Amino acid sequence: MGNDALSRRNVLGYFGMAAAVAMTASCGTANAGKSADGTVTLEFAQWWEPELPKGSLRTLMDTFEAKNPGIKVKLLSGPYASTKEQVIAGAAAGTMSDVVGLDGAWINDFSKQGSLADLSALMKESKYDQSQLASQVKIDGTTLMIPAVNFVYPMFTNDDLLAKAGVSKPPSTRSEFTAAAVAISKVDSNVKGWVLPLSQEAPNGIQNDVMSWVWASGGSMLKDGKPDLTNDAVHSAVNFVQDLWDKKVVSPGALTMKEQDKVEEFTNARVGMMIDSLAHIKLIRENNPKLKFSISAVPAVDGFTGKRGIPYAAWGIGIADNSPNKAEAWKLVDFLMSEETNAKLSSLSNSFPGNTKAVPDFVDSDALFKKAFEIYKGGYPANEFVGLPVAEQLMRSFDEELQKTLSGQQNVDKLLANAQATWMKSF
Amino acid sequence: MKSTLKDPEPLLETQWPADPVRPGKAGWGGLKRRLAPYGFVSPTVILMFVLMLVPIVMVIGYSFMNNVIMTKHPKFVGLDNYVTILTDSVFHTALANTLVFTFASVAAHIVLGLLFAMLLNSPLLGTRFKALFRAVYVLPWLFTVAIIAVLWRLLLDPNGVINFLLMNAGIIDSKIEWLSSPGTALFAVTFINIWAGYPFYMVSILAGLQGIPKDLYEAATVDGANNFQRFLHVTLPQLKPIIISMAMLDLIWTSQQFALIWMTTGGGPINVTEMLSTYTYKLAFSQYQFSLASAAAVVILLLSMILAFFYIRHQKARD
Repeated sequence: MGNDALSRRNVLGYFGMAAAVAMTASCGTANAGKSADGTVTLEFAQWWEPELPKGSLRTLMDTFEAKNPGIKVKLLSGPYASTKEQVIAGAAAGTMSDVVGLDGAWINDFSKQGSLADLSALMKESKYDQSQLASQVKIDGTTLMIPAVNFVYPMFTNDDLLAKAGVSKPPSTRSEFTAAAVAISKVDSNVKGWVLPLSQEAPNGIQNDVMSWVWASGGSMLKDGKPDLTNDAVHSAVNFVQDLWDKKVVSPGALTMKEQDKVEEFTNARVGMMIDSLAHIKLIRENNPKLKFSISAVPAVDGFTGKRGIPYAAWGIGIADNSPNKAEAWKLVDFLMSEETNAKLSSLSNSFPGNTKAVPDFVDSDALFKKAFEIYKGGYPANEFVGLPVAEQLMRSFDEELQKTLSGQQNVDKLLANAQATWMKSF
Repeated sequence: MKSTLKDPEPLLETQWPADPVRPGKAGWGGLKRRLAPYGFVSPTVILMFVLMLVPIVMVIGYSFMNNVIMTKHPKFVGLDNYVTILTDSVFHTALANTLVFTFASVAAHIVLGLLFAMLLNSPLLGTRFKALFRAVYVLPWLFTVAIIAVLWRLLLDPNGVINFLLMNAGIIDSKIEWLSSPGTALFAVTFINIWAGYPFYMVSILAGLQGIPKDLYEAATVDGANNFQRFLHVTLPQLKPIIISMAMLDLIWTSQQFALIWMTTGGGPINVTEMLSTYTYKLAFSQYQFSLASAAAVVILLLSMILAFFYIRHQKARD
C-alpha cells in the first residue's frame, strides 16, 4: 500500500472523527427552553391530544398561556406506546420533556431511573392545597404522578341481547353473570356472553378484564405491597374466568384480542357483556347508534356486601427531573388540576376528574355517565398495578400463564404458582 | 539507410505526464483539490458513522453491563447477559420460530414469485391480461405493514371472511381461530408474510426472465428439450444469480421481521409466534432490561452478519 493511499485513509478518518464529534457535541447541547426575551417554552409530551376532540388540548394550552404571560407550551403528541418509549429514552438521555403524560404502570420504573421530579416538594413550595386532589401516586412517600383524569371500567351490557336471552336485568353477582353469559350464548351461534382480550401486545386485559373480578369483590392481588397471587380471592376469580371459558361463552379469538377488538365485538352486538372504559361510550354510540346498552358495577362473588373496587386507568401528569423550568412546569400542572380546567379536561375525555371539586358537564346531561358516576362514588377506584415495578411485564407474564391454562396445558393452581414465582423476581 | 529515429521507450509509471488533478508539492490550491474528493464522500461517511457505527458500538457496550438506561451507574458484568439469553428457554423458542418463519417465507416467496413471474412472461396471455395481473399481483407489496396487519386480522378473525368462505365451501365445519390458536398462529403469520413479500421476487424475476436470450430456448428446442427441460436447463440457470441474491436479502429481512408479528399476535398466543425481534423488544420496553435486550440484539446481529457474509461473497463472485 502506497503512502498516498495511507494518507488518504488518514484524512478520511480525521474527517469522520471530526464530523462525529461535532455532531454528537451539537446533540448534547442542552435546550433550556428559554428564549432571549425570557419566554419559557415548556414541552408537554403526552398521548392525550390524539384521543381528545381535535384542537381541544391546544385550546386549553392557549388559555394557560394567556393566564401566564412569558410561558409557552409546545405539545409533543403521539400514540400511547410511542409516548412511553419517548419518555423512557428521554429520561435516559436527559432530554425528557418538561411536563409528561404518565400511566401509573410506568411510575415505579421511572422512580428507579430518577427521572421524575418530586411533586411533593413542588406542592409544598407553592403552598398547593393537596386536599383537592382525588389521588396521588407515591413511591417511598414521594409524589411522582398526579392522576389528572380517571377512566373507570364498569360492566357494559347489551340490553337487546339480554332481553332475547331472557335476562331481565344486568347481573350483579358472578353466578348471575355466568347464567346470563350462558343464556346469551344460546341466542345465536355468532353471539357470545362475554369478551376477554388477552393480546400480549397490550396485555392490559389482565388488569381490566381479569383482575377487575378480584377487586370488584373487595379482594387484592397484593399483600404488604408484594405479590399474593395464590390467595383465595385471586384463585376464585381465575377459576371463574376458567369456568366461563370452559362453558364456551367467551368470544372466540381471545388469546390475541386487543381492547379495540373487544369494543368492536360489543359494538357489533356479537357479545352481550364486557368490562370496558367509559371513554368508549362515545365511540360505541357513533359506530352503532341503534345499540341499546347499559352500564353497571362489575359483578361480585355471591353474597358480597362490601364496597366494590372499580378498575380504572388514569391519565397521569408529572414533571421531568431534568427540566430546568420546574416552577413553570408546576404552573401548568396546577392549571390542569384546577377545578375549572380539570372539569373541562374530564368532560372532553369522558372521564372522571382528578380534582375532587371538579364536576364534568356530562354527569348531568347523560344518563349513562350519571349512572357511572354513582357506581364510581358507591365503590372505590382500584388498580393495584399502579406503582408496581415493570407493571406491564407483570400483566404479560400473567397473561402467558393464563393462556397456557385456557389452552389446557396447566391448571389454575399451576398458573398462580408460576405467576407468583415470576412476579416475585421483579420485587 | 539506417534510421536515426529510435523507438519510443515505454513510459514508466513515474514518467507519466503530470496529472492535472494531482498536485505536485503541496500548495493551497493543490491541497484543496486533494481534499475535494473527501469532501464529497464525507456526508455519507458521517451519516454511516453516526447512524450505524456509533449505535452498534453502543449496543455492544451495553450488552456487557448489568443494565443501562434504567440505572445511572451501570456495572460491567462481562458475558453474563449472553449466558442469560442463550440459556433462556423462551429465547430458544423464539430462535426456532424465527427459523421456521424465515425459511418457510423465503422458500414460498421464491416459488410464488417464480410462478407469477413466469405467468406474466408467458406468451399465452394477452397484453391487457398481463397488465391486469401485474397490477393485481403487485398489490400486496404496495401496502404498509400496518395495513397488512389490520387487513389480515380482519380476514382471519373467527367471524371473518376466510372462515365464512371455508365454511360455505364445506372445507371446515367450525370457526378456526387462525391467529389465536396455538396450533395455527405460526402458520397464519407466516402465510401473511408470504402474501406480503412475494411481489418483490415476482417483479425482480420477471425482469430476469425478460433478459434471457431467446436463442437459448431455440437451441434447447432444436436439441429436443421439452418445456420442463427448457425450464430446468435454461430458465433456472439464467435466473440463479437473481434468485440467490434475493433469497439472501430476504433471509436477512425476514429474520428481522417485527412489525407484522407485533401487530398481529404480539408474539402470542403463549409464545408460539415469539420471534427474536419481539423477544428483544419485550426485554427492552416491557421488562426495561436494556442490557439483556442489547445482548439479544448482538446475537441477532451476528446471525445476520453470517447471512450478510454469504450475500457479499456471492455478489463478489458474480462481479
